[in-house]
Amino acid sequence: MNKKSSQKLAFGIFRLFGILVVGILFSILGFIVYNGIKVISWDFLTTFPKEGMTSGGIFPAIMGTIYLIIGSLIFAFPLGVMSAVYTHEYAGKGWLVRFIRMMTTNLASIPSIVFGLFGMALFVHKLKFGDSILAGSLTLGLLALPLIIRTTEEALKAVPDAYRLGSLALGATKLQTIWKVVLPSAMPNIITGLILAVGRVSGETAPILFTVAAYFLPQLPSSIYDQAMALPYHLYVLATSGTDLEASRPMAYGTALVLISIVLIMNFGASVLRRRLEKNKN
Amino acid sequence: MQHKRKFRNWFEKIIEQLLRFSGALTGITILLISFFLFKEGVGLFKTSAVEEGYGLFVHANNPIQQLSPAQTKQIFDKEQTHWSAFTSKDDSITVLRIDEAVVLFPSGSLGENYSLLPQKLDSLFQQNENIIAFLPEQFAPKGNASKKLNQGNIQWEDYFLDTVWLPTATPVPLLGTLSLVLGTLLVSIFALIIAVPLGLGVAIYLSELAGARQRKWMKPIIELLAGIPSVVYGFFGLVVLAPLVQKTFNLPVGETALTGSIILAIMALPTIISVAEDAMRNTPRAMREASLALGATHWQTIYKVVIPYAKSGISAAVVLGMGRAIGETMAVLMVTGNAAVMPYSLFESVRTIPATIAAELGEAPAGGAHYQALFLLGCILFVFTMIISISAELISKKNRVQSH
Repeated sequence: MNKKSSQKLAFGIFRLFGILVVGILFSILGFIVYNGIKVISWDFLTTFPKEGMTSGGIFPAIMGTIYLIIGSLIFAFPLGVMSAVYTHEYAGKGWLVRFIRMMTTNLASIPSIVFGLFGMALFVHKLKFGDSILAGSLTLGLLALPLIIRTTEEALKAVPDAYRLGSLALGATKLQTIWKVVLPSAMPNIITGLILAVGRVSGETAPILFTVAAYFLPQLPSSIYDQAMALPYHLYVLATSGTDLEASRPMAYGTALVLISIVLIMNFGASVLRRRLEKNKN
Repeated sequence: MQHKRKFRNWFEKIIEQLLRFSGALTGITILLISFFLFKEGVGLFKTSAVEEGYGLFVHANNPIQQLSPAQTKQIFDKEQTHWSAFTSKDDSITVLRIDEAVVLFPSGSLGENYSLLPQKLDSLFQQNENIIAFLPEQFAPKGNASKKLNQGNIQWEDYFLDTVWLPTATPVPLLGTLSLVLGTLLVSIFALIIAVPLGLGVAIYLSELAGARQRKWMKPIIELLAGIPSVVYGFFGLVVLAPLVQKTFNLPVGETALTGSIILAIMALPTIISVAEDAMRNTPRAMREASLALGATHWQTIYKVVIPYAKSGISAAVVLGMGRAIGETMAVLMVTGNAAVMPYSLFESVRTIPATIAAELGEAPAGGAHYQALFLLGCILFVFTMIISISAELISKKNRVQSH
């Protein structure tokens, strides 16, 4: 085989692979959307499951997921941003920073089920929160932490040093500089990270299995010490352990579509925001 | 004025300490995680091999001292019915459980709250030298016709080297994790066999062949692939892929190791593609141009210059893909069928470590042997992923050193 034709063959294969990967994504999305759209209605989104989850809606699961998003980010967002501000603005190159950086990278690589185990051991049993929104939120928050730290650090990195120096030269203190100059100009990028974290948190199942998720609840949770239903776990239940799998299949398609829409809208929103920011900067 | 400045300095100090504290807190999170995991996990080897509060009893003249969990299971499942298999005693075995023991006696004869049961049991042992009984400690036979087997604690060899995982078996749970570890490796490695060529192909396409516009819409699509929740992949695998695999290979069920590998391959693709693409795009322009100027074709330049240059980045991509595959829980749980047996082929059902934890932790009583065994599985997983994450870091660090 000569040079030209082997190049043609190789490039052909790579192009094919590219098309294949795009095809896989569209077939998964297409399948869920096609089957799910038939089920989605106002009632589906606003009523409780009925008749052993074979009809009715997924309202409590949607609400549960919203509670968990809020609960986890209330704690993870400030903590993540603060620790990123520390490592990027204050800490220089000491051992503590190196340690924190290393730990955050490794934290990001821990499987989600291990977070679930940890959440169960610490929050559910040791601190006696029980299976509760509190325990689930803290577990999910830890999972989102590395993502928030990384995006915040990148956001801070993108703030030109001239801003900081200018502010300091005008006599502002370090804290004033960070609060009035650095953070405001990094904020849109930080928000992008927050949105990505929402997407991440809303789709995770393994960490909530043993910390908060309930198979079925007849009413909405009334305090942070209650269990809650959640979309990803609800989908798992509908797909594998409902009372009548065939009959609950449409419900599963609908749930999958709602879940995927939340996650994709978040990801899409974040990337639109990022792109707009990049354009503004140029 | 002086006063105000002092206050401000003081305030700044406090905030700085607060920030340092949150940094340190995130830093120690991972240490906390490993501490709790190992604390719950290693307790397993201090747990009695027989269920808490129970004991195994044999006749005092029986030469046997100890039975391994596997031997105990064989006896109680009636797979071994003769003492000669374990000891010099040459008689057939009589198995006795508490519920069987109670019905041997007339209902009135056991006294209040079965208080006379221990004496009655002793008389049973006197009559039959071949009994092995699984009894609660409180009803241990009273008298000298019987002795309690010293079963000791759960052994690490039984945990790490045995292949049978039957955590709820009585009288002794079998906690051999080898089949789960091998199942995890089988599914993940085969996933990589699918995902690596595919991912590298796409990475080459994106970094070397695609125009700016193509890259602009393909990269977000690959990011979307990473954003889809694993439970949705699992659902897709369950309703689409499993039946497809079943039909294509003419199998009795579609939930096999192969199905799991395919789903994992799809999930590992975005990681592999984006890390490998980054590495390839970092190849200096001058190197490419030098190669082209020497008369090499575009393709020759890619595989003789770009790929060798990006070698460590590509290795890091593969390693990170492995990390993604090993730790994945929900999708694998939903599509591999979860039979906890030694995996011999891709077309059989397997069970991975994360899937086992997810499926069983809810039913395991907190603090029991089963619970601890699952936490120890979590430790194994944790160690695996730490090794992977650290080696990926080392590999890419090497790359940085080389390129300077």
